[in-house]
Amino acid sequence: MKVKVGAFLGGAVFGIGLAIGGMTQPAKIVGFFDFFGSWDPSLAFVMLGALIVYTPVYRWAVRTWQHPIWAPTFTLPTRRDIDGRLVVGSAIFGVGWGLGGYCPGPAFTSVGAGSMEALTFGVSMLIGVGLYQLLMRVREGRAGGPADSQAAAMIDG
Amino acid sequence: MTVMESFTPIASTIGGVLIGIAAAGLLMFHGRIAGISGIAGGIFRQRQSGDTAWRVMFLVGLFAAGIAWSFFRPEDYAFGIERSTVALIIAGLAVGIGTQLGSGCTSGHGVCGIGRLSKRSTVATVTFMATAAITVFIVNEVLGGAV
Repeated sequence: MKVKVGAFLGGAVFGIGLAIGGMTQPAKIVGFFDFFGSWDPSLAFVMLGALIVYTPVYRWAVRTWQHPIWAPTFTLPTRRDIDGRLVVGSAIFGVGWGLGGYCPGPAFTSVGAGSMEALTFGVSMLIGVGLYQLLMRVREGRAGGPADSQAAAMIDG
Repeated sequence: MTVMESFTPIASTIGGVLIGIAAAGLLMFHGRIAGISGIAGGIFRQRQSGDTAWRVMFLVGLFAAGIAWSFFRPEDYAFGIERSTVALIIAGLAVGIGTQLGSGCTSGHGVCGIGRLSKRSTVATVTFMATAAITVFIVNEVLGGAV
């Protein structure tokens, strides 16, 4: 129960942060990448604000704590190699982000805010996520189980 | 190049700090990375039992924040660009598939990954920032700003 309430509160604070930061306004996202038009550097300040908090907390918690407050272990990404999937997937994501003006978090929270554009984008995004994951499940099923037992820790974010 | 009037350094920094607090909280309490695409993807492909509820609740929290915040500041959710339904569908599919293939998005790679000083996440962030910039250049400078 406490984990569910905590996750809900985490998502809520995250969502309000996205809105205050301007991430839920596609015009501001496009403005950040519009170096040849009227540039809006706001997105860099959102990332900076998040990193100022997250970076020291991560180092402190992961290095000095035995385990998280409510969980037996930290579940952290373990991969270190740069592979083709990482680069190609990220490239495809960037095209969608520049085209639609939403990344996943802002899409979810903007649907809650009643944006019809976010709804169209968000449903398409979930179809993309679902299709990819179902395809992976089918492939793992044919291979006789998960391709890698450490798969959960291989997801970077 | 001109800096647009809507530049919001203070609000954006405050928003970023809130995102950082939420991501740090998920790490400290639940030991997980706050990557929205990873949280969503895990719902479709359960890796271990009992791993779904917190994911759903985090996304419900995001959704609820939109309902509550839009009540006070609906202007924070203005779309503000010209995109057809077809463009939005293509963009959504690209973000959905791309983030799963690349195992992360702006939050997972851009905030948590860079915060962990991960080389993979830094490469991913530079890559999606670059292709987003190229896409915006093509849309704005070649196609006239509307697709």
